[in-house]
Amino acid sequence: MDLTNFKEEWKYTNISSVLEKAYVTAPSEVSAEDLNAFRMPGHHKANELVFVNGRYAPALSQVLSSENELVILPLKEAMNGFFRDLVSSHLNKSADYIKDGVHALNGEYMQEGMFIYVPKGLKPQHPIYMYHVLDGRQAPVMAQPRNLIYADERSRLQLTETYATLGTSDSFCNEVLEIIVAQDAYVEYYKLQNDVAHASQVNTTHISQIGRSYVHTVVISLGGGIVRNNMNLVLDAANNEAHMYGLYLLKGKTHVDNHTLIDNKQPGCFSNQLYKGIADDSSTGVFNGRIMVQPDAQKTNAYQSNKNILLSDNATINAKPQLEIFADDVKCSHGCTVGQLDEEALFYLRARGIPREKAEVLLLQAYAADIVAQIKPMTVRAYVERLILEHLSVG
Amino acid sequence: MKENQDTLDLTTPSEYKYGFVTDIDTDAIPKGLSEDVIRLISSKKNEPEWMLEWRLKAYQYWLKLEEPEWANLHYPKINYQDIIYYAAPKPKKQLNSLDEVDPELLSTFEKLGISLSEQKRLTGVAVDVVMDSVSVATSFKEQLSEIGVIFCSISEAIQLHPELVKKYMGSVVPMTDNYFSALNSAVFTDGSFCYIPKGVRCPMELSTYFRINTENTGQFERTLIIAEDESYVSYLEGCTAPMRDENQLHAAVVELVAMEKSEIKYSTVQNWYPGDKEGKGGIYNFVTKRGICKGNHSKISWTQVETGSAITWKYPSVILKGDHSIGEFYSVAFTNNYQQADTGTKMIHLGKNTRSRIVAKGISAGHSQNSYRGLVRASKQAVNARNYSQCDSLLLGDKCGAHTFPYIEVKNKTAIIEHEATTSKIGEDQLFYCRQRGIDPEAAVALIVNGFAKEVMNQLPMEFAIEAQKLLAISMEGSVG
Repeated sequence: MDLTNFKEEWKYTNISSVLEKAYVTAPSEVSAEDLNAFRMPGHHKANELVFVNGRYAPALSQVLSSENELVILPLKEAMNGFFRDLVSSHLNKSADYIKDGVHALNGEYMQEGMFIYVPKGLKPQHPIYMYHVLDGRQAPVMAQPRNLIYADERSRLQLTETYATLGTSDSFCNEVLEIIVAQDAYVEYYKLQNDVAHASQVNTTHISQIGRSYVHTVVISLGGGIVRNNMNLVLDAANNEAHMYGLYLLKGKTHVDNHTLIDNKQPGCFSNQLYKGIADDSSTGVFNGRIMVQPDAQKTNAYQSNKNILLSDNATINAKPQLEIFADDVKCSHGCTVGQLDEEALFYLRARGIPREKAEVLLLQAYAADIVAQIKPMTVRAYVERLILEHLSVG
Repeated sequence: MKENQDTLDLTTPSEYKYGFVTDIDTDAIPKGLSEDVIRLISSKKNEPEWMLEWRLKAYQYWLKLEEPEWANLHYPKINYQDIIYYAAPKPKKQLNSLDEVDPELLSTFEKLGISLSEQKRLTGVAVDVVMDSVSVATSFKEQLSEIGVIFCSISEAIQLHPELVKKYMGSVVPMTDNYFSALNSAVFTDGSFCYIPKGVRCPMELSTYFRINTENTGQFERTLIIAEDESYVSYLEGCTAPMRDENQLHAAVVELVAMEKSEIKYSTVQNWYPGDKEGKGGIYNFVTKRGICKGNHSKISWTQVETGSAITWKYPSVILKGDHSIGEFYSVAFTNNYQQADTGTKMIHLGKNTRSRIVAKGISAGHSQNSYRGLVRASKQAVNARNYSQCDSLLLGDKCGAHTFPYIEVKNKTAIIEHEATTSKIGEDQLFYCRQRGIDPEAAVALIVNGFAKEVMNQLPMEFAIEAQKLLAISMEGSVG
């Protein structure tokens, strides 16, 4: 089966090598010790949801918030119980936007996903950390996590998602996460990708703002094999506000494709998008940013910026910003640059006795800081800063 | 707001002013496309055997292809068997001066306001008139031949300069390049050929006025321009076509070759019949234009003002192969009523220290859709490649669309690529400013649009700039202009 039909959408990313492999999808035994290496700082105060090979592992997870604050149910149960109408009217809306076979493949596993609900007017005291652990200690492994989150009116949600592969076999994580944001809700979403080189991903994060609300997302990609991030934001109510940030620091043969979409469907929405990338060695960075403004979405303000630094002649940057505008009373812009470190800034630092390598790291760190500063929780931000410094200093 | 919208509605739905059919007998062959038709075209043009073989090869290749559907365009499927592939105006004898040209034809040009005789007398422009598919008059040829410039129809070039045609035709746009270039390679009936020898600076702007005339005739032009070392040429192409109901297909191929330290400046004003207010009729314009900066320090510059055609599919491109070569693309695309334009450029950086600049301005009105689609590629060898792109869209009215699809591919760490795009409507404050000073809304809109497009208009040669400005005003307005 050709899973990446719609060739234009997959122009710069060839995942056939990932899809061709034979994977096991069976559940596996992962111990708390295995997980410890990947736990993020602040985990003792967070709701930790652990997914092993795509399935929710309650034994490894820790839910600190009470059931009144945060509801966590298997999707299968939610589909039939109290949340039946909510789930049925919002589940799988991402399929309207992503029509390729990879997304459809995840749909097969929909029954095994989880439903997370933040009730009206509530702010769970503890942030949510989601871990996707793939156990590649025996054989190549594939996971198909599928989750639906509903942030109800006036609620607040802070979610950080990360990925880890155990063992030396290849892993492939094909995730679909759908987040519904209701009127006056406030959602922060962080994604950290720092997996090993034999871990590949296709990642769909589909956020629908169905009431006037605020969404803030940051995607940090530091490692992995072939990584594709589909990030969709549907502004489906008037006067929505959304901020999307991304940073990809690539080395080795890592290939990261950030495929973003902002669909302005209603009038008066504001969106701001900034993605920055650094590509070294033989890595490839892809940015495909699409802004749609539908005929009804008058008074839309949509801004997009994509900046890239190439550090090696074997590295590649492919960028494709797109504006598709069907309304006239709008202000939309996009900018895209590809360049390298400023020689003058390097000279300035070297003239002050800082060796070239160190000066480069310093400048790259400063370049990345724009995005890192958008991570609001201090614990996560400090963690990412440390990862970036390690990442830049090695080699 | 309401009032301004009314003003826009008033000013934008203009009727096509150049709609009339010139009554000249044409020597056309029956509709349809087959090997026999290609043989017939080739024999009618007395072509040598190699040319026929080339055409047949292209036809065989074309048969294997499928019509591309990736563009942001929607139109009924073209029936390639319902097109006349060859039509030549009847009085076909060789002409030496304008006096011998069919008076009917001359009056056509007078109606267009580009009277040949006037052009010749006042501006010193050599005009190679393409009436339908055969060149019927070539002026200033003798003057040009004195300095060694060859400027003739491509059919003539095939007869007189086969070595040049053989060497360069298909070298920039191979027959296998795309669906429409393959079709053109099989059935092209005419076009211009231009050769500037080493060290020659062409003393005048070379220009061709195209005019589609026979009903149901697709026009398949083939233009080839070669600038040898240290030469310079500025080439103008401009078009208008009479009003009619059935869609017409136009699939031209233009190839430019710039050698060391040479420069080619190619300017286009395109104003073919865009269809009526309901989107009925209009020309389908599927053009492949590409230039190669073959030598070091060479330069190719494309400037286009696109106001016509129901469908425009056009990406004038530059392959920057020589070191220090420069590519430029300046474009204004105006769409109104139900017009659709998908246009842009490709800058392929291969040589060291190559530079390119893209300025694209899109203006959409009525129910039209206007897309910019461009590619900037810096290959691994393109050390210090530099590109700057700017795409701005202006929306007049709330039923049109403006789209931008830039592709940026960089494989070199010394390359610097910048792209920026904006989309907005005419600012209320700008309109207010003008009206406050007693400028009526209609003129204010025209003024602002003109200012928006100025950066591109400035690139046009003088003779063209005036016509292009007039055209933009006519396309936009009902009464003014």
